Amino acid sequence: MTSVLDRPQGRHAGAAARRRLVVVGNGMAGARAVEEILARRGADQFTITMFGDEPYGNYNRIMLSHVLSGEESDADIFLNALSWYRENSITLHAGVGVDRIDKFTKHVFSNDGRVTPYDTLIIATGSRSHMPPMDGLYTPGGSVKHGVFGFRTIDDTRRMVQHAQQEHHRRAVVIGGGLLGLEAAYGLKSHGIEVEVVHSGGHLMNAQMGPDGGAVLRRSVEALGIRVHTSSRTTAVLGTDRVTGVSLRDRDDIACDMVVVAAGIRPNVDVAVLSGLPVERAIVVDDRLRVQDEDDIYAVGECVQHRGEVYGLVAPLWEQAVVLANHVTGADTSAAYLGSRTATKLKVAGVDVASMGLHGPELDTDEHIVFSEPSRGVFKSIVVRDNKMVGATLLGDSRKVAYLTQAYDRGLPLPEERIALMFDVGGPGEDVGVAELDDGAQVCNCNGVSKKALVDAVKGGCTSVSGAMDATRAGKGCGSCKLLVKQVVEWAADGAVEEDPAASYYVPGIPLDKPALMTAIRKQGLRSVSQVFTALAPGSAEDAKSKMGLASLLKMMLADRYIDERDARFINDRVHANIQRDGTFSVVPQMKGGVTSVQQLRRIADVAEKHKVPLIKLTGGQRIDLLGIPKEDLPQVWADLDMPSGYAYGKSFRTVKTCVGKDFCRYGTGDSTKLGIEIESRFQGIESPAKLKLAVSGCPRNCAESLVKDVGVVAVEGGRWELYVGGAAGAHIRKGDLLATVDDPEEVKLLTGRFMQYYREQANWLERTYAFVPRVGIEHLRAVIVEDSEGIAAQLDAAMQASVDSYVDPWSERDDPLTPGQFRTSLPLTVLPQVPVR
Amino acid sequence: MSADPTDASEVSTEPVSTKSHTLGPVDQIPFGEGRAFGVDGEQVAVFRLRDGTLRALSAVCPHRGGPIADGTIDRQVVMCPLHQHAFSLETGCSSTGAEPLRTYSVQEDAEQNIVLEYPHIRGNSLA
Repeated sequence: MTSVLDRPQGRHAGAAARRRLVVVGNGMAGARAVEEILARRGADQFTITMFGDEPYGNYNRIMLSHVLSGEESDADIFLNALSWYRENSITLHAGVGVDRIDKFTKHVFSNDGRVTPYDTLIIATGSRSHMPPMDGLYTPGGSVKHGVFGFRTIDDTRRMVQHAQQEHHRRAVVIGGGLLGLEAAYGLKSHGIEVEVVHSGGHLMNAQMGPDGGAVLRRSVEALGIRVHTSSRTTAVLGTDRVTGVSLRDRDDIACDMVVVAAGIRPNVDVAVLSGLPVERAIVVDDRLRVQDEDDIYAVGECVQHRGEVYGLVAPLWEQAVVLANHVTGADTSAAYLGSRTATKLKVAGVDVASMGLHGPELDTDEHIVFSEPSRGVFKSIVVRDNKMVGATLLGDSRKVAYLTQAYDRGLPLPEERIALMFDVGGPGEDVGVAELDDGAQVCNCNGVSKKALVDAVKGGCTSVSGAMDATRAGKGCGSCKLLVKQVVEWAADGAVEEDPAASYYVPGIPLDKPALMTAIRKQGLRSVSQVFTALAPGSAEDAKSKMGLASLLKMMLADRYIDERDARFINDRVHANIQRDGTFSVVPQMKGGVTSVQQLRRIADVAEKHKVPLIKLTGGQRIDLLGIPKEDLPQVWADLDMPSGYAYGKSFRTVKTCVGKDFCRYGTGDSTKLGIEIESRFQGIESPAKLKLAVSGCPRNCAESLVKDVGVVAVEGGRWELYVGGAAGAHIRKGDLLATVDDPEEVKLLTGRFMQYYREQANWLERTYAFVPRVGIEHLRAVIVEDSEGIAAQLDAAMQASVDSYVDPWSERDDPLTPGQFRTSLPLTVLPQVPVR
Repeated sequence: MSADPTDASEVSTEPVSTKSHTLGPVDQIPFGEGRAFGVDGEQVAVFRLRDGTLRALSAVCPHRGGPIADGTIDRQVVMCPLHQHAFSLETGCSSTGAEPLRTYSVQEDAEQNIVLEYPHIRGNSLA
């Protein structure tokens, strides 16, 4: 079947009726303004013509520092390729500058001799690098000396890279220690150039922070091997036909092969001045972004002065473009731009920098909270006035930035304990930060994406981080907000605790929290996952995302009374091995307490040889991992190994790591190895809401890393054992909380089992102990588990015992597959890129 | 657009027809699971829903090549085991931003065999 696309015939016929919109400037402001106009059906009203000095489409200027450092190629930073202009029927004169505007006859005169009439004009000429007065900057002919660069355009950047890559160019001086200067220095450093920064201010980035922050930043920058001279003014560029150095006032000359001038920017206002438009520090506009006293001329971006302010950051530009588009198209004639409160969040020379409002206290009554840790490059300063945040500087640690920006923008009430402004005090606080964020808060400052836009994208079906990023362009700018974008998307996908009841569901497909779900299962006598869906799911609908969690819960609750439906299991649990990126599996035999024998090692070696195992790897849990086993070979591998499963694939008890213990270690105070083996023997294969990794150390030196395990045991002098719970050292780092100190290894096993059972019954699906323990509180756990305050200890012990008794080694299924084709290959016929064989 | 499998081979005016492949007894697929089959040098994942009906999609995840037949399903979607991309069992479209999977028409015949309608390409006339 073929179909002909119907073209609206009237569209081109109406071209004559459309007004002529001309945009002078094709940078981020000009192009963004046009995008906003198109989004308001501007194409129906206007024929659009754009002039750009640079012979390209529109690119992301913020990313030039990444191009300089080689992290991105120049092709990657284009926001609108030339095809975009064609697709939107925009006439682009690229590489054509505008000389003059005749505002009376409404014509634009460009330097290619063209005269273009307009009905509505937008000026978005941006700014240029400021060249401060100094000797030797220009050749006698008036052009900038060879080896001297601004840092503003893609051509500047390309020329700088080219110059830096020439063999004999080894040293560079960057004039200016602000944001751009440090970015230039960092970028050049990555080309192996020796870089010195000469800054006239008293400290680095003095526009964004006070002297204390500047000192910490200086330390971080110098640690990169970049030399910094503050309070130094460059008086001359040395050399006749090429750069040989710079002269400083009151200091020795510095020899160099190139000079980058990053001493600020100046608005491009020549055209406006020549054309008789009002210009002070920049082109003067009103709250509609209309040039003062002009009905048909608008201006936007770095070239404008609004209420006395000139902005050099990208975020205000987005806000201006929206207001401008609303007026130009008439979509919302009440729209007004009232100025921007600028909060910057950047990565400068590899250092996270965030700055907003005041740099320091100004009134006697201002509170100033300062934290400084120069050795780690961390500095935080917050200024509070009348219980509202009026300024903050954060260096080297941007975790609280989202919350602080919010507090600054909206004047939120602040926590009484001011330290909570700077640090997450206890518990996993990142989610709280995202949840607290207002809908309108800007998450991505490069592309102006609000939290709401991201959340809407997630609600619209983009439940993957990359999907939401593609849909909104969030995180596609400088990339420094990617972590925050991820947090917002994850938060949005799981549902907000306050707004979305689904957040409390144990699994997404059954609208019940864990206690209610367990009660319903018990009351109705449900014994399989499909029975649970039929009885409890809306419309009795199965839900793929809920199956694994339900299977685990039912097994925990029912032990051997559970009706095991294999389709409810994740592939790992169907075939008792961990699926790898190429669809093969990893096989980890049980090796209790990390203790093995000659026989075991010989057998593992024989199996690895026979099956040509591509990678043999020691795991972090003190076992041996055979990687790259095809599914269909699993039963034979297990048969040849004739060892039980080590459960290195499930949401279950995994392993007990142990140290050498007192038999051999001259420091050991307790038999950690023996106890570790006993714990692993007792709890092997126990299902749980998330994986459980344990350890037993024979002395407080903690060689088995017991303090960062889900359950960690440490022998202490006097034959006593400390029991820690809720530790982690993976994606999260948390030291476990001391649950109890006991005299007897039997007591250790009892409390370990009781804690694990309580966790199995109370924790949310996929909630690791490092989140569960702080959520319920160690005091509560101690009361319930050690002191039996709720009188449920016997019940917990019995339930755990039932689970222990129902243990069957899953690898025994090798002789008698449980389902047809259980171990049949699902791999494509063509072999995929595989993990390289070492 | 269901072609009768008996006369599929006689259609000659169309550049593309479908060809029926019998993939063997349906009970080689457990309820609620999938199995992969090689058809014409391509791999097809066939799923048997818990209501007994069948669905067929291409077996390789467009994201990172994951084995779709090893995925977890419900009545609407299959989730790839590698990175949990979800695809509609009916249309192959992804709800998680991945490229779509190809879908195939599949049913069970009177002898409880799986019958797959696989697009048959004649010559090189088709792009």
